[in-house]
Amino acid sequence: MSILTEFPSIDTETLRSLKKSIDSGFLNFSRNYGDNIESFFDPIRFLLIESEQFLINTPWPIIMAIIAIIAWLGSKNIKIVLSVIIILILIGYFDMWENTMKTISITFVAAFLAIVIGIPIGILMAKSNLFQRIMNPVLDVMQTMPSFVYLIPVVMLLGIGKIPGLIAVVVYSIPPMIRLTNLGIRLVNKAVIEAADSYGASNTQKLIYIQIPLALPTIMAGINQTIMLALSMVVIASMIGVTGLGQPVLLAIQNQYFTLGIFNGFAIVGIAIVFDRISQAYGKRIQESHGTVDGK
Amino acid sequence: MVNKPYIRLRNVSKIFGENPDSVIELVKNDIDKNELQNNHHHVIGLQNINIDIPKNKIQVFMGLSGSGKSTLIRHLNQLIRPTTGEIIVNNINVTELNKKDLINFRRENFAMVFQKFALLPHRTVLSNTYFGLQIRGVKSPELENTAKYWIDKVGLDGFENYHPNQLSGGMQQRVGIARALANDAPILLMDEPFSALDPLIRIEMQDMLITLQKELKKTIIFITHDLDEALKLGDNIAILRDGKIIQSGTGQDIILNPHDSYISNFTAQVNRGKVIECEKVMKNLSKDAFSKVTIAKETKLEEAVRVMISNNVNEVDVLNSKKKYIGTVYLNDVMASIINPIDEP
Repeated sequence: MSILTEFPSIDTETLRSLKKSIDSGFLNFSRNYGDNIESFFDPIRFLLIESEQFLINTPWPIIMAIIAIIAWLGSKNIKIVLSVIIILILIGYFDMWENTMKTISITFVAAFLAIVIGIPIGILMAKSNLFQRIMNPVLDVMQTMPSFVYLIPVVMLLGIGKIPGLIAVVVYSIPPMIRLTNLGIRLVNKAVIEAADSYGASNTQKLIYIQIPLALPTIMAGINQTIMLALSMVVIASMIGVTGLGQPVLLAIQNQYFTLGIFNGFAIVGIAIVFDRISQAYGKRIQESHGTVDGK
Repeated sequence: MVNKPYIRLRNVSKIFGENPDSVIELVKNDIDKNELQNNHHHVIGLQNINIDIPKNKIQVFMGLSGSGKSTLIRHLNQLIRPTTGEIIVNNINVTELNKKDLINFRRENFAMVFQKFALLPHRTVLSNTYFGLQIRGVKSPELENTAKYWIDKVGLDGFENYHPNQLSGGMQQRVGIARALANDAPILLMDEPFSALDPLIRIEMQDMLITLQKELKKTIIFITHDLDEALKLGDNIAILRDGKIIQSGTGQDIILNPHDSYISNFTAQVNRGKVIECEKVMKNLSKDAFSKVTIAKETKLEEAVRVMISNNVNEVDVLNSKKKYIGTVYLNDVMASIINPIDEP
């Protein structure tokens, strides 16, 4: 009984023509609309290039000072500021400053886009159970689908370069932003919402005065996760032309340059720690000022 | 009281379950709560509530947990919508308001105080207090000034910049009350506002509310499970059980004429001397001249005893509001009324 040993699959000819028709359909689509879609992304390309130029062209002591100030404003913790400075000095000393700036640039732009797109989607999910049911499987796909798969159509449309890389990074890193915004708003104490209702608060007022401020610690955790995931994508993004710390790692894999790989790998870890400590310390400070730490 | 009813509930019922409309008729015809639950799988929240609430008085709804009192108070500002019935507030049928009108109606008419305070944890005492005003679009500096006034009024001056979690329960509820009063709404809804507080703080807060009410004369709807609290605060008291009002009247009415054994079980525990007024126990001797020691007819029995003992007399004359003699109370009668009747069912 061959039906038991071999799964009854669709016959090869049909499968081939199915794949062929989808592929050619998409190819036509990208030929016809590729240019339009590319120009749609122009503002983002501009943002990417400008931020990269700024980080690379500004003298390194100024950049270091800016990052140290951000670290101080975020954490108000001198230990964190000092470790950030040490990490940056080590990165610069081992000649990875420029690549690090490029990676920080794309991470920054990707995180910015993820926040700008993710928070409104998260809010909509919190407001509508139907939308939540629709979005959940979409987010699952975004997190588990191998990036290369959705990179194929993106590369077909936009070619190799920064924009497809950025799209890959945003798609991969946006789900925690959306999920945690949704969760944060849904977890806001029902009694407080009822109080707002009793005083005649409109939906917008509830969102601005209560739900977003009270969800902020959770939203900050989402931002933190988004930045971490964006960083972890830089190596994959380097395969489609994103410059930065990912490229030397790629080179190291291809040529078995162990030291090159490990240096750049540690540089990625280093800036991950910088981003993580600053955003976590900031999140914790918001939580404290909200009086939500002790569960009240 | 010749006050025209300010809030009027007519045949209000609330049914929880999958298809409340299917059992409306049964509920209207006074079906028993348990029968509805077991045979029709719906739960009664409120059943055929009819009550008129006068303006500028404290109306207390008293009942144990599950009696529907919190559900009832939420019907007034439509946080919960009734399954059937009419709720008239200030000549407007609130059940017919659409969403936008309802929001405006709440802003103009209601302020609410909650059992668990429901303060905004991320805001200071000051900005918690002006929350209702902010919702209504009041701008700075009126916002802060009004809030400041009410914070002082509830005795929290100096705490403006504290966060709720830095305050004790009693102080948090003072913020809750300041927030409600700052709103300057004519109707104040209080859902077991003092139940979560220590007994001493509770009494302090009750006294504060009485003092404030003398000045403000708001229409206050007050929910409690504590009969002593109900008697102390309520101009009128309605007792709820299983979603129905089983007795409604002044505290004195309820103490003297409990409707059934359920209520007399409650009233047996009450200090009657603090509730019953002299008018109820006086004897009219139809004399013209009255003795030196006199009291007003609203004087509570306990106070009458105090007056008689401090003046070393056994009787005291009672005057009406026009200072006319209307009767005499005797120490014996007063004491007999203060102790609880033993063989009353």
